[in-house]
Amino acid sequence: MTITDFLFFVFAGMVIMSALGVVTSKNPVHSIMFLVLTFFCSAAIWLMLEAEFLAIILVLVYVGAVMVLFLFVVMMLDINIVKMRQGFVSYLPVGIAFAVVILAIMVWVVGPASPDVSNTAALHQAVTHGADYSNTKMLGKIIYTDYVLAFEIAAVILLVAIIAAISLTLRRRPGTKHQIPGEQIKVKRDDRLKIISMEAEVKK
Amino acid sequence: MITLSSYLILSAILFAISVAGIFLNRKNVVVLLMCIELMLLAANTNFIAFSHYLNDSAGQVFVFFILTVAAAEAAIGLAILVVLFRNRRTIDVDELNELKG
Repeated sequence: MTITDFLFFVFAGMVIMSALGVVTSKNPVHSIMFLVLTFFCSAAIWLMLEAEFLAIILVLVYVGAVMVLFLFVVMMLDINIVKMRQGFVSYLPVGIAFAVVILAIMVWVVGPASPDVSNTAALHQAVTHGADYSNTKMLGKIIYTDYVLAFEIAAVILLVAIIAAISLTLRRRPGTKHQIPGEQIKVKRDDRLKIISMEAEVKK
Repeated sequence: MITLSSYLILSAILFAISVAGIFLNRKNVVVLLMCIELMLLAANTNFIAFSHYLNDSAGQVFVFFILTVAAAEAAIGLAILVVLFRNRRTIDVDELNELKG
């Protein structure tokens, strides 16, 4: 057992344990923290598959942005945790049964005993690159040439997401009092001040 | 010895856990969204494993775009969730079966 194998099993075990933590923990905030751990360990596994750029993107974008978004939303919502857990135990047998069936079918298809995975010659072309190989450079070269249209569409999708998220959550409250600077500047002296002629008041 | 099967089985386990999570946390929409994120992570791990073992970088480009779309999906899903909570004061799936404006 080499050090790579050992690291794979450590990180795979942590991925599975923290994924179990995501689905079973009582508090949604704990679920999010377990999800962050899952993403970190998955990034380590992606590093072992020589996808360095995507591993860093997973940590930066997912842990740094999406998980923080989840965390803020959970803190904003006033959720009754006890009520949310109702039905957990009653659905437990069904959930475990479905998971086991799906897992068994998948392992049957992709497991080591399956001829489709182990006997296909095309699936044994893994190349271990040296230290001078840049995964980011390789991805950049093909994203900006072969996949440039998909790249532009991805940018548009992100723009649509920004506009949709802002327009969904923006609200104007009718009762709030706020200043209108334009109206304040437009005001003339005659609007506020009236000069009247009257007899002089004399103090007696 | 780590082979392609090891990575595929790892992501199969991850996918099965998230399917179970969707069954177990039927009341909490936030945890349902998190389970969908876990499913996408399992699919991405598959893509990267195949990309490495086929020595073909198209799989990594796919993962790049899946990450983009998943980030957009999470942002819009959470925005809808916030609006829903403002209007109905609940995120229980059982009580969200009608659109009353």
